Amino acid sequence: MMKIIVCLKQVPESQSVRLDPVTHNLQREGVKSIINPFDLYALEEGLRVREEHGGEVIVLSMGPPQAASALREALTYGADRAILLSDRAFAGADTWATAYTLAAAVRRLDGADLIFCGKQAIDGDTAQVGPELAAFLDIPHVAWARKLIFADTGLLQVERLLDHGYDLVEVQLPALITVVKEINTPRLPSFKAKLRAKSAQIPVWTAADLGLAAERVGFEGSFTRVVKVFPPPARGQRELLDGTPEEMAAALWARLRQWRGQ
Amino acid sequence: MTIRIAVDNCTGCGQCLAVCPFDALTLEDDKVVVNDACTLCGACVEVCEFEALSMPPEEAGQQPVPRPADGIWIFAEQRRGRLAPVALELLGEGRRLAEQLRVAVAAVLLGHNVQGLAEELIAGGADKVYVVDHPNLAEFLEEPYAAALTALSRRYGPEIILAGATYVGRAFIPRVAALLDTGLTADCTAFAIDPANHLLLQTRPAFGGNIMATILTPRSYPQMATVRPRVMKPWVAEHERQGEIIPVQLAELDQPWRCRFVQTISEITETVPLGEAEVIVAGGRGLQDAKNFRLLAELAELLGGAVGATRAAVDAGWISYQHQIGQTGKTVAAKLYIACGISGAAQHLVGMQSSDLIVAINRDPQAPIFQIADIGLVGDVFEILPALIQQIKANR
Repeated sequence: MMKIIVCLKQVPESQSVRLDPVTHNLQREGVKSIINPFDLYALEEGLRVREEHGGEVIVLSMGPPQAASALREALTYGADRAILLSDRAFAGADTWATAYTLAAAVRRLDGADLIFCGKQAIDGDTAQVGPELAAFLDIPHVAWARKLIFADTGLLQVERLLDHGYDLVEVQLPALITVVKEINTPRLPSFKAKLRAKSAQIPVWTAADLGLAAERVGFEGSFTRVVKVFPPPARGQRELLDGTPEEMAAALWARLRQWRGQ
Repeated sequence: MTIRIAVDNCTGCGQCLAVCPFDALTLEDDKVVVNDACTLCGACVEVCEFEALSMPPEEAGQQPVPRPADGIWIFAEQRRGRLAPVALELLGEGRRLAEQLRVAVAAVLLGHNVQGLAEELIAGGADKVYVVDHPNLAEFLEEPYAAALTALSRRYGPEIILAGATYVGRAFIPRVAALLDTGLTADCTAFAIDPANHLLLQTRPAFGGNIMATILTPRSYPQMATVRPRVMKPWVAEHERQGEIIPVQLAELDQPWRCRFVQTISEITETVPLGEAEVIVAGGRGLQDAKNFRLLAELAELLGGAVGATRAAVDAGWISYQHQIGQTGKTVAAKLYIACGISGAAQHLVGMQSSDLIVAINRDPQAPIFQIADIGLVGDVFEILPALIQQIKANR
């Protein structure tokens, strides 16, 4: 039997968020909230481990009250239960404060055999919360997993991506694993689970429930501060070539030769 | 904590709503209201013309933390006795920052039988090299690597730790930051020093590269950041440079670890050294077919370059993943980048926008790639490329 916790983040669909380079206004046409796509692979892996070994899959998220909808969606894929960590005091958390809060929730759940996280979230792209969570729980972690093999020895073998290729490592449970998308193909929500998800109760845990002091969570507990946001630097004056394809090609080659000569 | 609102000053103009990157502001009864998504980035304060918004006063009674004495550290990533190129890039950036801070730059070398690399790091800009040589560090594993860097940091007290935003760096550096109770900024592309307080200004892309954010770690040390490879410029190696090599024994490493390296399953053999190519000819969805990548290969060969691709082209099976450039592929900084039939999704742009000269060939004049291209050619890639190849062959 495996007790599995999957951490999820609700994120805006990232492509649609951008700053107007002139007005600095945020353009968010049609931005909707989704489950961080990489977390779906973490959820799927959790479900597969449960199917193979028995046990339960708990989905955990920290966010504003509306993040409950991401957890409810996770239930439609087949997670057993969901817990939302939500409190005004959690707002503005950086990765340190987020992981610190998640760790308290995992402890309140009496830990888990396996914790899965997606490799990173598409809004922040930091890939930091998973490893930080493992550090706070004092359990080992393996990042960038693409395949899990449960050995007879009780150890978990993990094939994982590094800069030079793939390594096979072995880790004792409990452990935290961050997964890359090569690890599986997420299933579709099932009709039965959808029905169940609709009426499922999603408990909301606050800082007080977790026994956390306000100065260790959210903005106050964060060690980093965003001091400025701005659009990416615009590049130099662009030049458009025109004419027939042959003329454009000739003009381009002339420009490239000139540039090479610099 | 959120931004402060002086309700009486608010005219309900809505300017602040438009600039908030975090969707933290709304209007209720024509007055601005802030919700928990506020990160105190200050974007709204700058734009408000009516002084209705202000930053909260800094937490009272907070003593400034004294600056630690051991200066700037860079993690000298290596594998089996070969330095990762990013280690030298970090040294170059470390030297530039050290001049402003008037501190030393140290390289931290973790591994087994790696002492030989210390000279290379000194030539590359390190004033000293901490060497932790231990069999348990022979292959990369998150826990022992994090334990070693954490123990070193506690013993010597650096002000700043920089590491490459490689798979290795991003796998274990967060664990170190958590253990040291300090902030960490991922995947930075620029640094500066705030002259007022000597703090490190850490700039990174967010939202898939659509927004840049500058981040501070104002109340804890070390200030930690991972740095995107191929963005910082290495120091020009000076082989006569003198430095101190400091071997360090860490008793922490002798324990049995909860994870173990078994074996390397496969090495990525870079037939296309995309990362080092000075010229890259890349193709996207507009190439329509695998066979059309031959045109790109021909052009790349004439220019002495390599072939890259967008995720769309890789996902379509036209070319292998090794060629993929972008958020989920490689980051490159070529001298010349020719984008063929690439629309320019943000996820692709983050992987190539630090190239020196960007040429875009695309049929759609509205394609976002033209926004960042230095030279744009609106037209049919299947007409322009053969013409260009012919030009080059005729005029070499």
